[in-house]
Amino acid sequence: MSNIDAHRSPAEPDAPATTPLLEVRNFSLRFRGQSRDVVSGIDLRVSAGEILCIVGESGCGKSVTAMALMGLLPPDAAEIPSGSMVFEQTSYDLTRQVLPARLRGDRMAMIFQEPMTSLNPAFRIGDQIAEAVMQHTDCTKAEAMQRAGDMLEQVGIPAPRQRLREYPHQLSGGMRQRVMIAMALVNDPALLIADEPTTALDVTIQAQILDLIRDLQARRNMGTVMITHDLGVVAELATTVAVMYGGQIVERGPVSQVFDDPQHPYTIGLMSSVPKLTGPRTRLTTVPGTVPSIADMPQGCRFQSRCPFATQDCNTVPAMRDMGADHEVACHYAPLDSNISVVA
Amino acid sequence: MLSFILRRLLIAVPTIILISVFVFALQKLLPGDPVLAMAGEERDPEVLEFLREKYRLNDPIPVQYFTWITNAMRGDLGISLRTNQPVLELIGQKLPVTIQLAVMSMIFALVIGIPAGILSAVKKGTVTDYVANVVALSGLSIPNFWLGIMLILLVSVKWQLLPASGYVPLSEDFGKSITTMLMPAFVLGTALAATLMRHTRSAMLGVLKSDYVRTARAKGLTERRVVLKHAFRNALTPIVTLTALLFGELVAGAVLTEQIFTIPGFGKLVVDAVFNRDYAVVQGIVLITAIGFIFMNLIADVLYVLLNPRLRGQ
Repeated sequence: MSNIDAHRSPAEPDAPATTPLLEVRNFSLRFRGQSRDVVSGIDLRVSAGEILCIVGESGCGKSVTAMALMGLLPPDAAEIPSGSMVFEQTSYDLTRQVLPARLRGDRMAMIFQEPMTSLNPAFRIGDQIAEAVMQHTDCTKAEAMQRAGDMLEQVGIPAPRQRLREYPHQLSGGMRQRVMIAMALVNDPALLIADEPTTALDVTIQAQILDLIRDLQARRNMGTVMITHDLGVVAELATTVAVMYGGQIVERGPVSQVFDDPQHPYTIGLMSSVPKLTGPRTRLTTVPGTVPSIADMPQGCRFQSRCPFATQDCNTVPAMRDMGADHEVACHYAPLDSNISVVA
Repeated sequence: MLSFILRRLLIAVPTIILISVFVFALQKLLPGDPVLAMAGEERDPEVLEFLREKYRLNDPIPVQYFTWITNAMRGDLGISLRTNQPVLELIGQKLPVTIQLAVMSMIFALVIGIPAGILSAVKKGTVTDYVANVVALSGLSIPNFWLGIMLILLVSVKWQLLPASGYVPLSEDFGKSITTMLMPAFVLGTALAATLMRHTRSAMLGVLKSDYVRTARAKGLTERRVVLKHAFRNALTPIVTLTALLFGELVAGAVLTEQIFTIPGFGKLVVDAVFNRDYAVVQGIVLITAIGFIFMNLIADVLYVLLNPRLRGQ
């Protein structure tokens, strides 16, 4: 533990909150051969020590966004018509789709959804972690292995020195995800992107992995982008939440604000589709309809085809409206309660 | 590992016995009388009978088989009906020639086929990929004999760079031996390179899409390292299996190329033996070839286990 911390000091806790660790502006993404954007002009902001949860249904563009920020999207599969990123005070033009490889696995790291297939079956896990160290640090194999072992210990793997010599198939899914986390964090990144890291795991293991991520994140004051479709995960971890629908961010804000006072009809629908343990048993509400395919996405507000409040006005793209306390909503009728009652 | 190899060897025994029965039976089923072939113009029944007795061709067939197989196990594969040389000695003379040819061809095949396959997988859909595929398809479609003749015409006759034919043993003159065999090895190797390239390409394409390759990229590794270490290592399994099979085929099936370049190898021995109904030689060759194939497969299996940590220790 200690030699990791000595290696690179964590971000200053008292750094001004006004300079975020990562700021993404007007990011759009389109799959080659399609005419419409799958992600359309989104902005993201993450500060050191903050956990931003991006939540949305499958296909809303949250995973491809994460991949693009890591520079992992193959350029022959997708293009980025617009978007820029400022990461640790350095600007990057996302449209060129060439993020420097030295960032990956060093200053920003990623963990994935599939721990069972994300480790290379042909190599020992120690070598796979040490490889990440040696790629970014000038050190010997022995030193890299030492750090790999320390890291395995930090992610709660029993007998870490022996595990270094094991192959991925000798570990369970939960253990493999711990190894993935160790591999991602071994170079002490400033930003961690986690793409549904618990979706493929058993429920009991899910909680352990979430605890682990939160613990490591807090100790290292890491900025974290967590991609999920699970509102339980959001409630558990998030500092701020961004709700995505059809490739756009429809609502964003501090997690307490968004959970207590959701403003976008889609967010409200998502919240009421979660079962509650307290209160009377009622039928769960669902968001009516299904997500249209990208080609069938309506112009203007993309949620209008499923929105109970949709009117003519929704044919224009709603701008982000400030609801106060960093809470923003992209809906013509926000704040919903007062405006809808006026219309009704 | 050792127990794995021993187990595989044990499994090979019934296979070899079965093959030996087939080989022997096939010989007996073929039309034509070897004694007549041997006797040539001589048609004296007494002479023919003498020959039959000498080669024990009058024994019941099972007895003939057991005589043959027990002798074979002692290393005695009989005597060529045509040249009166022991079969094992004949094979011993020709086999090194063919193995040298096979090894050199395989080197050509691997050195051309694998990099081409990796390159065309990595550059999928680009000009590089198309060119590699067209060249590979040409390599598969151009008959060896034609390529061989063209090479002889160009390289040997016109430019006079390499000898057109013949064979120099390695022990006699290493350099000359290699240069003499360069062209035939190239002819055989390019055809195999095409097969290898296609298989390497498809194996790499599958592996490059896998999650662990994405992980390797997420670690910030260079693309070169991602492809050559993380992806290629996992694509190797089918390539190793294919290489072993191709090598077996090379030893058994270089007949045409050996003829064109007049290399006194295994292929020529087979053809001559078949045409002359030289039973003992054909039987010996088929048996040795089969054992060679089994051996190559064993090597492939061992490599397969070495490449797959999941199979180790089982």
